[in-house]
Amino acid sequence: MDKELKVKILDLMIEARCMEERMVKMSKSTDGFFWLGGVGEEAFNVPLGLLAKKGHGLDYDYFHFHYRNGATMIALGMDPADELRQMHNRITDPFSGGRNFCNHYVRKDWNVVPVTSTIQTQCSVAPGTARAQKRHGGDGITIVTFGDAGTAEGDFHVGLNWSTLPKWELPLLWICTNNAYGISTPYNEVHGQEHIANIAAGYGIPTKVINGNDVEESYNALKEAMDYCRTERKPYYLEAMVSRLHGHSSSSGANRVPDGSEADPLHLWIDRLVKEGVIDGDYFEKKYTEHTEHMKDKLAEVRKEPAPTAADVFKHIYAEA
Amino acid sequence: MATMAQAVRMALHYGETHLGVTDVFGEDVGPPLGGVFTATQGLKTAWNSPLDERGIIGTAIGLALAGQRPVAEIQFGDYIFNTIDLLKLAGNTCWSSMGQYNLPMVVTTIVGAGIHGSIYHSHSFESMAAHIPGWKIVLPSRPIDAYGLMISALKDNNPTLYMYPKALIRVKGKDLIPGEPADERELKKMIDAPPGPTLYDIIDVRSRWEPRWPEGLTDYQVPIGKARIHREGADISVITYARHVFMAEKAAEILKAENGIDVEIIDLRTLYPWDRETVFNSVRKTGRCLVLNEDTPVCNFGEHIFRTIVDECFYELTAKPRVLAGADVPGVGLHPAYEEASIPQVNDIVRELRGICGEAP
Ligand SMILES: Cc1ncc(C[n+]2csc(CCOP(=O)(O)OP(=O)(O)O)c2C)c(N)n1
Ligand SMILES: [Mg+2]
Repeated sequence: MDKELKVKILDLMIEARCMEERMVKMSKSTDGFFWLGGVGEEAFNVPLGLLAKKGHGLDYDYFHFHYRNGATMIALGMDPADELRQMHNRITDPFSGGRNFCNHYVRKDWNVVPVTSTIQTQCSVAPGTARAQKRHGGDGITIVTFGDAGTAEGDFHVGLNWSTLPKWELPLLWICTNNAYGISTPYNEVHGQEHIANIAAGYGIPTKVINGNDVEESYNALKEAMDYCRTERKPYYLEAMVSRLHGHSSSSGANRVPDGSEADPLHLWIDRLVKEGVIDGDYFEKKYTEHTEHMKDKLAEVRKEPAPTAADVFKHIYAEA
Repeated sequence: MATMAQAVRMALHYGETHLGVTDVFGEDVGPPLGGVFTATQGLKTAWNSPLDERGIIGTAIGLALAGQRPVAEIQFGDYIFNTIDLLKLAGNTCWSSMGQYNLPMVVTTIVGAGIHGSIYHSHSFESMAAHIPGWKIVLPSRPIDAYGLMISALKDNNPTLYMYPKALIRVKGKDLIPGEPADERELKKMIDAPPGPTLYDIIDVRSRWEPRWPEGLTDYQVPIGKARIHREGADISVITYARHVFMAEKAAEILKAENGIDVEIIDLRTLYPWDRETVFNSVRKTGRCLVLNEDTPVCNFGEHIFRTIVDECFYELTAKPRVLAGADVPGVGLHPAYEEASIPQVNDIVRELRGICGEAP
C-alpha cells in the first residue's frame, strides 16, 4: 500500500467519522430522529468502497448494504450533505426523499439497491442481482453486507444456498461485519459457531475471518475476495471483526462507549501512520476540525432546504409507465 | 379451446419471445414437469428453483433490481405466507426510493379451494395481498382473461401478483385466444408435454420434446384495473371473481327460472386497483348487491368493496348490501361436508340473493 493510498483512506475515514458524529448530534436535537450507523467500521468500510467497481448496470458491482455502510458510501464518492439530508428528512434527500432512516441508501446510478430495515432480507435478494451478472458475464459482482446477529435469520441460509447451486455458483461477495452484538445480545449467547464463517464453509464457499479494525488487513482481504468473485464468478465469504463505538443506535443513547472498551480503528490507523512517518502528529487534529466544521456548514445549508409535504406522500407508489 | 393452464403458458411464451421476460422459475417450474399445474411447460426461460419460497421471491426482487423481467411461481398460494415481508419490500421499493428503482416482476400462485385440497391446498390469499400496497393484483376466471392479464402483467413495470383459481385451471374457455388454433386437440398436440407413466419416463420422453408454439399469438391484453360484466341483469349485482363467477352464474339461472329475478354478475378480474366505475355503475343500476368470494370473512377483501359501495352508492341502494364469504374457520377440511360448509356454495348464493331481493325498499 503506498503512502498516497494510506492517507487517502485516512481522510475518508475521518470524513465518514465526522459525518456520523454530526448525525449523532442531530439525533439528540430537533435536527433528526433515529440514528444508527457505522462508527467503528471505517477501517473495513472505506477500503470496501475504494475497491468496488462503481457504476450502473450489470458490468458494475451491485451493493446490498447493511445500515452501517456510510463510510463505504463516502469512499464511493457520496457528498455527505446527501446523508445529512436523509438524517434531516428533507425532500432533497436523494435516497428516499425524507422517507427513510439515515444510512438507508439507495442510489441507482451506482447500483446501490435499497437498504431495508428488515434484518437480513438483503441476503435473499442479493442472489437475484448476482444471477443476472453471472448470466451477463463480465467482471461485475454483487456485494452484500450484514451483521453477525442477523445471520440467524433464514434469509442468510437462503442466500448461501442460492449462491452455490450447481452450474449457478454466483459472483457474490458475502460480508459479515461482526461486532459481537445484536443490539444488546452478545454473540456467544446465541451462536454456537466460533465464527459465522463456519456456516458459509459448509456450503463450500471459501471463507476468511479478519480483523476489520486493521486497514491493511481489510484492504488486502477485500482485494483478494473481490478478485476471486470477479474472475472465478463464484461466491466468497468474508467476516470482519469490527467495533461498535456508539452502541447499537440512538435508541440506546448513541453515546461513545467508554475509552478502552473497544478498539477505535481510526486511532489505530493514525497511530500507525504517525509511527511510519506518513503523517505528522497534528495531521488528524487539523483534518478532524476541518471536517467537523464542514459538516456543520453543510447542515446549515441542508436546514434551509424544503421538507416533504403531505401531497408528496402519494408520489412514486407505482413506476410511471 | 385452451384451458387456463394452456393460456398462461402461451402468454408466458409470448412474454419470453416478445416482451423481454428473462426468467420463469419456481419449484418444478422448469423441465421435465413444467409446473405442477403444467402452466410453464416448454418455456425456454423456465428453470427449477430450490424448494424455498423466500429464495424465490428474494431472487425475483434481485433480478428485477438488476433490470431483468422475472416471473416467479409460488407452487401453491398456501405457501406464499412465509414471504410476506419480502412482498412488502417489493411493494415499497419504488415508493421508498422515490421512484429510483421499480420492480418489473410477476409472482404467480394458484389459490382457492375446489379440488379437495384439504387444509394446505385450499387457501385464498387475496385479502392478505390487498394489505400489501405497491402491488397490482389480478385473479382471472377465464382462459382468455388469463392470457390477456398475463400479457398486461408482463408489460407492467410494477410488481404484479398474478393469482389463478385452482378449481378453474383445467377448465376450457369459451373464447378463442387470438392466435390459438381452433382445434383444441391440435393445440394439445402442439404445446402439452408428452405424458409418461413414471417420472423416469417423463424425463426421458421430454428430454427429446419441443413444443410447437402457435405462430399467431399476439399481445392481446386485458387491461389491469378493468372488470367485466359476466352477465347482464337489472335486479341485483353480484360483485365477485375467480371460481365464484361461475357459481354466481348457476345461482343466477336458478333465480331467473324460479323467481324471475335478473342477476348481474361482475367479474372483477383485477383486485387492485379494482374497477370502481364498473362496480358503482352496476350497483347504481340495480340498487342491490352481494359481494361474494371464498376467503375467510374477517378483514375479507370483499368487506373493502362493500364499505366502498356503502360510501359511494349509499343513497342509490334499495336494500342492505351484503358480503358472502368463506366460513370463519382455520382451514378447509378434506371431507366435502367440511369444504361445502366453508366455501359459499350455489345454494348459499341463491339464499343470499333471495334475501336481498326480498327486502322491501
Ligand atoms: C427482521 C428484523 N428483526 C428484528 C429487527 C430489529 N433489529 C434491528 S437491528 C437488530 C440487531 C442486528 O444485529 P446484527 O445483525 O449483528 O447487526 P448490527 O446491528 O450489530 O450491525 C435487530 C434485532 C429488524 N430490524 N428486523
Ligand atoms: Mg452485530
